[in-house]
Amino acid sequence: MTEAHHHHDDHHHHPELGWWRKYVFSTDHKVIGVQYTVTALLFLLFGFTLVMIMRWQLAYPGKPIPLIGGLLGKTLANDGTLLPEGYNALGAMHGTIMVFLGIVPLIVGGFGNYVMPLQIGAPDMAFPKLNMASYWVYFCGGMVMLLSFFAPGGAANSGWTSYAPLSVVATQGQTWWLFGMVLLITSSLLGSINFIVTIIQLRAKGLDFFKLPFFVWSQFVTAFLLLLAFPPLEAAGALQLMDRLAGTSFFMPEGLVVSGIVQPYTGGGSPLLWQHLFWFLAHPEVYVLILPAMGMVAEVIANNTRKPLWGYRLMVYSVIFLGFMSFIVWAHHMFITGMGTRISAFFATTTMIISIPSVIILTALVISLYRSSIRYNVPMLFALAFLPMFAIGGLTGLPLGLPAADIQLHDTYYVIGHFHYVVAPGTIFAAFAGIYHWYPKVTGRTMNPALGKIHFVLSFIFINVVFMPMFFQGMAGVSRRLFDQTFYQHGLDVQGWTQLSSWGAWMLGLSQVPFIMNFFMSLRAGRKVSDNPWEATTLEWAAPSPPPHGNFATVPVVYRGPYEYSVPGQKKDFFPQHLAKAEA
Amino acid sequence: MSVAVLPHTVKPHPITGVYSGKLGIWLFLASEVMLFGALFSSYVLLRVGAPAEGPAAWPSHADTHLSWKIGGINTLVLIISSVTMVMAWAELKMNNFTKGRWYLAATLALALTFIVVKLAFEYIPKFQHGLLPSTNNFFALYFTMTGLHGLHVLGGVIVIAWFLLPGSGLWHKDPEYFTNRIECTGLYWHFVDLVWIFLFPVMYLL
Repeated sequence: MTEAHHHHDDHHHHPELGWWRKYVFSTDHKVIGVQYTVTALLFLLFGFTLVMIMRWQLAYPGKPIPLIGGLLGKTLANDGTLLPEGYNALGAMHGTIMVFLGIVPLIVGGFGNYVMPLQIGAPDMAFPKLNMASYWVYFCGGMVMLLSFFAPGGAANSGWTSYAPLSVVATQGQTWWLFGMVLLITSSLLGSINFIVTIIQLRAKGLDFFKLPFFVWSQFVTAFLLLLAFPPLEAAGALQLMDRLAGTSFFMPEGLVVSGIVQPYTGGGSPLLWQHLFWFLAHPEVYVLILPAMGMVAEVIANNTRKPLWGYRLMVYSVIFLGFMSFIVWAHHMFITGMGTRISAFFATTTMIISIPSVIILTALVISLYRSSIRYNVPMLFALAFLPMFAIGGLTGLPLGLPAADIQLHDTYYVIGHFHYVVAPGTIFAAFAGIYHWYPKVTGRTMNPALGKIHFVLSFIFINVVFMPMFFQGMAGVSRRLFDQTFYQHGLDVQGWTQLSSWGAWMLGLSQVPFIMNFFMSLRAGRKVSDNPWEATTLEWAAPSPPPHGNFATVPVVYRGPYEYSVPGQKKDFFPQHLAKAEA
Repeated sequence: MSVAVLPHTVKPHPITGVYSGKLGIWLFLASEVMLFGALFSSYVLLRVGAPAEGPAAWPSHADTHLSWKIGGINTLVLIISSVTMVMAWAELKMNNFTKGRWYLAATLALALTFIVVKLAFEYIPKFQHGLLPSTNNFFALYFTMTGLHGLHVLGGVIVIAWFLLPGSGLWHKDPEYFTNRIECTGLYWHFVDLVWIFLFPVMYLL
């Protein structure tokens, strides 16, 4: 109590914040959450545009790109036809932008920032200024990545994995990429500290860990992954910068010859060291991409089945176990590097083990649907689609986790199909579910359900048209980073699938038009709704819509678990966490 | 409209027993362990995998031209600075602002001593003798790891200097808040010290 008195004075004398402090350099977690969401959605659109350009070259190799071909710079295209170097740059930047600038900032920075403090009944994040810093450092990292397209030789073109020694001898764009990554890593480091401290310190009275919504749990585990997995990549980035700028040989073997020229490195370094350091981050990163998505889907499913989640505690234990295991599976990306059967056997085993908690979570979500009266609104449609899509993505990963099968499938389109099923119709669909679900909380209005359903149906069809053919291409043996697969007979044989996939991608792009229209039009034209339009139980719906600075009109106290739906003997079918007694 | 009062910024949380900043700095240090852990792992891997002969071979102890005496002096400097850092916090805790500030100033002076010794007696003579990061992987690791550690020392210098001069105004507004910040700075400073305790034997003695 003394502490509350202590700071009371400060807050009474707060002058009204100016426009810049309120909307641009804001320390309010909700403004920062919206900033993250909007920036990340723009980056997702940009990253998707890059791949739509690449899909033209894949479908119609060597033909000029229609409409925008002439706009591409000299490092990317020649007379509207994509250059191989340009294709590589687009590929590397597509991966980088989608993962580090699009999805993670959207589902962690955006949803995590906006929803998590509300769900735990906190007035803000534990460190509001640090929160602002994480957004702006992320923003700068994004700008460095965008500007790298104008570097001599174009943007980074050694793949999003930046494998050495190729990346060390690559054009200047790679240096920009490394600086950009250092900024992005710093941003997520600051963010993850903030998330963990907020969840530990700022939960409302009565909100025990096992009364937390599953979304908060998923953000909690994700924050630990970001905290502990990213620093090794920062170290690796520093080492690669030294290789590129100071002429060291951390990743450079002795006597390396590139294009007939012996490289001026002393040697003695190890290209495999980069792969180990990179995947030590990048495998936990995969779970950073999927855990918050599972959290969002769990919220939407509990709300729209009007039933408690089946196996809530089991799901929590699974997500903790997943987080732990994700640190010891990384070398399953490296089965064909010749690191030895014993190491391969270890990582194959851990990989099989890690699939168990994922399956438990997915199964719990499916069982939650059993015998419930489902409300088929737009968020629920996306959440329901997430289940089979993520299942396809997950199950197609099992053959990749077994060295014997991986030798055949490694670095083919099969891998692309596998992880895109996890991340695109998996995570991005979950993010769409989240956007439609929480939009009323942020704006006080709902998005148009008719446009939402059009968006859902078209996206669902075309996203499968994009990614399903990749499994067939991959099993036919087509390598993932080919500029022109028709060069090979086995690629020519499946060129039809490639073209279908490309058309799917362009149609998927068009299918986002209803969403973009809906997103902006609903700001003014959306139906005005109450604070709790979905009749949900968790704390964010106890706050006004949109929540004011400080979030809650009265400090919430929590009396029960997060998903008390259809409690027997109650008049209403939902029993919010913050109500002491049921409403009459 | 309610007014946001962020709890546990100064007083500890009744259950966790720490204020938010302290928990935050511990988490930050956990990530730092991973950062330096990755670099030490790289050191092990590159040393074990170094070729037996040729320009890329691991240099003999004499060829590293590192003086354990200079390194030892710097180790001593950092250890003493950790002690003065604790004293600064202890004095502030006992409400002795002036004494606490003197100890803080001593810490700052020792930190600057470390940087000056590192540059004047180690880095610059090495560069003058043509021993660069590109010379071989030992020097690559030496300059990268001690360089990164040096940047951490520099970060500490900036933070300590801030609380010594412009940031000290916080003491007059909220002494407990100020003392907490010095505690967090101290935790960071001990970590920087600890990294050097690992770096010194690995680079100078092994």
